[in-house]
Amino acid sequence: MTLDPGTAIALSVSVGAASTALALLPATAIAWVLARREFRGKAVLSALVMAPLVLPPVVTGLLLLRLFGRATPLGGALAALGLPVTFSTFGAVLAAGVVGFPLFVITLRTAFEAVDRRFEEVSMTLGVPPRQTFFRVTLPLALPGLFAGIVLAFARGLGEFGATTMLAGNIEGETRTIALAVYALLDAPDGEAQARVLVGASLALSLAALAAFEALNRWQRRRLELDGHARS
Amino acid sequence: MLDLDLHLPLGANTLAVRLASPGPVLGLLGASGVGKSTLLRVIAGLDRRAVGTVSALGEGWQGPGVFRPPWERGIGWAPQDAALFPHLSVLDNLSFVSARDVHEIAALLRIERLLGRMPRLLSGGERQRVAVGRALACAPRLLLLDEPFAALDHALRAQVRADLAAWCGKRALPAVIVSHDEADLDAFNAQVWVVEADGVRQR
Repeated sequence: MTLDPGTAIALSVSVGAASTALALLPATAIAWVLARREFRGKAVLSALVMAPLVLPPVVTGLLLLRLFGRATPLGGALAALGLPVTFSTFGAVLAAGVVGFPLFVITLRTAFEAVDRRFEEVSMTLGVPPRQTFFRVTLPLALPGLFAGIVLAFARGLGEFGATTMLAGNIEGETRTIALAVYALLDAPDGEAQARVLVGASLALSLAALAAFEALNRWQRRRLELDGHARS
Repeated sequence: MLDLDLHLPLGANTLAVRLASPGPVLGLLGASGVGKSTLLRVIAGLDRRAVGTVSALGEGWQGPGVFRPPWERGIGWAPQDAALFPHLSVLDNLSFVSARDVHEIAALLRIERLLGRMPRLLSGGERQRVAVGRALACAPRLLLLDEPFAALDHALRAQVRADLAAWCGKRALPAVIVSHDEADLDAFNAQVWVVEADGVRQR
């Protein structure tokens, strides 16, 4: 079996980065809405966003296949635009993005909720309208949370397996990320050594991401002055 | 300058407020927890639970079918606990809207030497003065100050309030000042209204 661990690692990193970039705007918007707005159907929206966290990834993949398969209107339209979802790198990006989305939203929502509304109120009384107040006060104060969400979504996307197999298959150089490569190598007679490299890379990337997440959480607490210090 | 005709729900109570203040400075006096700060938030347009009308500077800010949002009222609000932007230095807090007059305002409030500091390194009295400075620096048409001198020691308190009163007087800048200390309000020649559980009355 020909399988280059370097290709799988590079592909995982690219898929993880692309899926996180794709999720950035919708995750930020939804996290803000869930943190700051009360409306009918909020619980439904929250459940819908969080679903991939608890659904078996294979089921998420199957649902994505029903939504984006070539025979569906959405999948057909995307294929016509040159972005086929099934058995393509774009499919792997989409699967990783959807499965990492809840972690992104929940982290950023918590950060937005931790920003005291009075900072936004002061900004508005000083004459700064809500949209500018978001970019000048809310987002800068929640910035560590935004980075933490990016790190978590990226790390989750790196290791995506179930939904990716269902939607994008296991194609060397296109959709065979680290997790899929390890799975493929288990069947190969001489895959042990390559698998070990990939497992090592996976461990290193995941632990680095978690360390970054912890550091960002500490920064978030300092930024909002939540850690105890004299206020006389 | 300011006309209020409001019913303000406060927990189980409702505070009835009928108040007309023609002079440039209105002082609100009263025990803590009686609703003075909430009244200031209503004038700022931040608390929409109040039912009734708010007119200020000859304009309708709140009434039946009328609500002017806070960012269009031209106010400078200094909340009681300062609420300085924690990610910005004192200088950046002061020049949040405009850098004009910032050094003059810093001198007025005796906070020049704090300009480079972050808010978390300030004492309570320093935070309050920066909050007042931030409200002044946005070139407001109406100043809303909530216990602005509460954390200052006696000597500094008298100096700062006298200078601030002179500054407002020179610029004909109207103000609503909440305090539990009559001396604060008298320094501004404020028309004083006392807020009590069952309503407001002129002193």
